Amino acid sequence: MKAGVVTVLALLLGGILAPVVVAVASADPGTSLHTLVQTRLEASGVEHPVTAVLLNFRAYDTLLEIGVLVVAGITGMSLSRAGARAEPELRSTNTLLHALARWFVPLMLLLAAWLLWAGSHRPGGAFQAGAVLAAAGVMMRLTGLPTAWIAPGPMLRLGLSAGFSVFLLVAAVGALTGRAFLAYPPLLSGPLILVIETLLTLSIGMILLGLYVAAAQRDGADE
Amino acid sequence: MAELLLDVLLVLALLSTASAALLSRDLFRAVVLFIAFGLLLSLSWVRLHAPDLALAEAAIGAGLTGVLLLDAVSHFRGRREVE
Repeated sequence: MKAGVVTVLALLLGGILAPVVVAVASADPGTSLHTLVQTRLEASGVEHPVTAVLLNFRAYDTLLEIGVLVVAGITGMSLSRAGARAEPELRSTNTLLHALARWFVPLMLLLAAWLLWAGSHRPGGAFQAGAVLAAAGVMMRLTGLPTAWIAPGPMLRLGLSAGFSVFLLVAAVGALTGRAFLAYPPLLSGPLILVIETLLTLSIGMILLGLYVAAAQRDGADE
Repeated sequence: MAELLLDVLLVLALLSTASAALLSRDLFRAVVLFIAFGLLLSLSWVRLHAPDLALAEAAIGAGLTGVLLLDAVSHFRGRREVE
């Protein structure tokens, strides 16, 4: 009975949404944002339109996004029990897993660096690179490689906040020196974006790994 | 023709993994299906010429969210066994 009502409601909603999606997709978009971005791409300091939008034209959204991530990371880590954040014991004696980690972790670090650099002229960027960094960290935790930098301390605090605070600093300096909030100096926009993206990558990697560590199963902690 | 076939297969695979993940009784199985769904979704972003989104989907949507969900499932299991 209940499942039947839910099915009917879902079908009804789907039936209403489908024509709307088709109508939106087939509508004339007017001034194409794509051409607008392409004409201004040279002024942005990077060659890839997506990075130009994320880090320059709509940098405000990215600033708020990393702000939300920092708050989520700090909240998640402070809610975790103290035992969860401690260094894990060597969890497995599986030689294959260790060999795999030894091959994969350096490759993942290299891939993260490449993704970060690629963001200036092709698909890539801080969020993807940060996620790969975090995945490398997860692998290190799982195989019991030392991850002292994620333990509570100055390294963790600095890592969590570096991306957001430097981004905010650049934005505020822009406002204080007479340009708009978040407006980069025209000649420095390329290097500034690279610096912000690098720190964002480190921060995002640390926040995501921190959330993983905070949520990890408590082996022996409460059993 | 081959591209159309690929797209149709992709849509069918997306729909079936999504519904299987939602309908699965076993939570672990649901998470694995969710990860498979995320990887297929990143393929469809590639087909829509959005490689940036595809990268983010594969890394964050499928990878990290999957790991966090697996963690949550193992946490629930431990609690259930204690009770």
